[in-house]
Amino acid sequence: MAEHIDNDQPLLVAEGLGKNYGRLTACRDVSFTLYPGEVLAIVGESGSGKSTLLQLLSAQLEPSAGRVSYRMRDGVLRDLAGLGEAERRFLFRTDWGYVHQDPAQGLRMAVSAGANVGERLMAVGWNHYGRIRDTASSWLERVEIDTGRIDDAPRTYSGGMRQRLQIARNLVTDPRLVFMDEPTGGLDVSVQARLLDLMRGLVSELGLAAIVVTHDLAVARLLSHRVMVMKGGRVIETGLTDQVLDDPREPYTQLLVSSILPP
Amino acid sequence: MTAMIDISNAEKTFTMHLQGGVELPVVRGVSFHVDPGECVVLSGPSGAGKSSILKMIFGNYRCDAGRIGIRHQGTVIDLAAAEPRQVLSVRRSTIGYVSQFLRAVPRVATIDVVAEPLIANGIGRAEAREKAGVLLRRLNIPERLWPLPPSTFSGGEQQRVNIAHGFISDLPILLLDEPTASLDAANRAVVVQLIEEKKRQGVAMVAIVHDDEIRHLIADRIVDVTSFAAAA
Repeated sequence: MAEHIDNDQPLLVAEGLGKNYGRLTACRDVSFTLYPGEVLAIVGESGSGKSTLLQLLSAQLEPSAGRVSYRMRDGVLRDLAGLGEAERRFLFRTDWGYVHQDPAQGLRMAVSAGANVGERLMAVGWNHYGRIRDTASSWLERVEIDTGRIDDAPRTYSGGMRQRLQIARNLVTDPRLVFMDEPTGGLDVSVQARLLDLMRGLVSELGLAAIVVTHDLAVARLLSHRVMVMKGGRVIETGLTDQVLDDPREPYTQLLVSSILPP
Repeated sequence: MTAMIDISNAEKTFTMHLQGGVELPVVRGVSFHVDPGECVVLSGPSGAGKSSILKMIFGNYRCDAGRIGIRHQGTVIDLAAAEPRQVLSVRRSTIGYVSQFLRAVPRVATIDVVAEPLIANGIGRAEAREKAGVLLRRLNIPERLWPLPPSTFSGGEQQRVNIAHGFISDLPILLLDEPTASLDAANRAVVVQLIEEKKRQGVAMVAIVHDDEIRHLIADRIVDVTSFAAAA
């Protein structure tokens, strides 16, 4: 198991978080606490506000109401809105990962796979070429990409390989928190299973905290400890993942759960 | 006083919103306790709420009322009111659950499925796999199957993998939902032995068993679930 600073101290705290676009409310009054090593799934249909919420939590959007606080490596919980430029850079480049649904958004498609992984290391000051290449190569192996493809650009990769490469690029700096937006979204079912299994292993091995947005309840069940169900911009039900999925309380959650087709 | 599980007046009702809000009372006034080294068997006809009670003790089903006291790391936690992360902690180090069906991740080898609870508790991979092998051998799963994912196994083989997965940890509480349902006589005997060993180690167990013979072999006490019937 990975070491943690203090597992009993929250890593991220959202309080009364909301976002309006003019008169349109994208999400409102979201509050929760995420602890180190915890995986939270945010589920709901398109338009439920889950992607907006992910952008608010990862400081890519400014909230209209409420705030997000994050425990920096010095152990102090700080409001994201009040961070300086250097601290924000540290979060984006090192302490956080962000896995996009479309790997083309999270990768540089025209440079080699090795450079895609190595770039995050160079951004945090690594400058020894051999060491960067070795680390990139060992990460390709961890995400089950043939290291013989290290010099190929991701545009020559399949969808599943691109997604695994994006994960390697994110995890190479040893982040404590990873945001994932529909990480298995555009993939074939067989490729999804492999990716989920890989992510599940990595998250528990590295003791990562993660916030995963998905409309797929199977993804939530496999990856997450806790789940938040969103509808119309609000959190309508929350709890332990297997509890919410096996014993759903809210009408909408019951509808979601009962809409899964048996395999 | 030193009960591992102490349940008082636990209650569960399902509200089926998709069926016009029909209320489905399951159990009411569930009260019993389980001491260390004791195996309590829940009895009652199908539909009486036995599995629901087991799931409430595991925190899988929520309680509408009452208390589910669990002795966890030297203190008592009320699982009916616990935070998700407390429930997870209880599951990691106190309560194990052997369900009727195996829910395994695709692609993961049988030996790793069984070893996983130990690895999650910080035991090294090699040692965990060795212990997993010992259990699989006792449960007559041939070694050539160990590297394969259990999804293609027969029902009885899957259940034995499931039992190995449930029995491998040294957790002080075990919940057993029909652990012998699809097993032959030889393997049923192995499970009875495993339960005996757990008792000697002081493990508190709650079991659902339909087979009368097995029930007589393992039960120290029988709790009749029909007395908790909630039907209006």
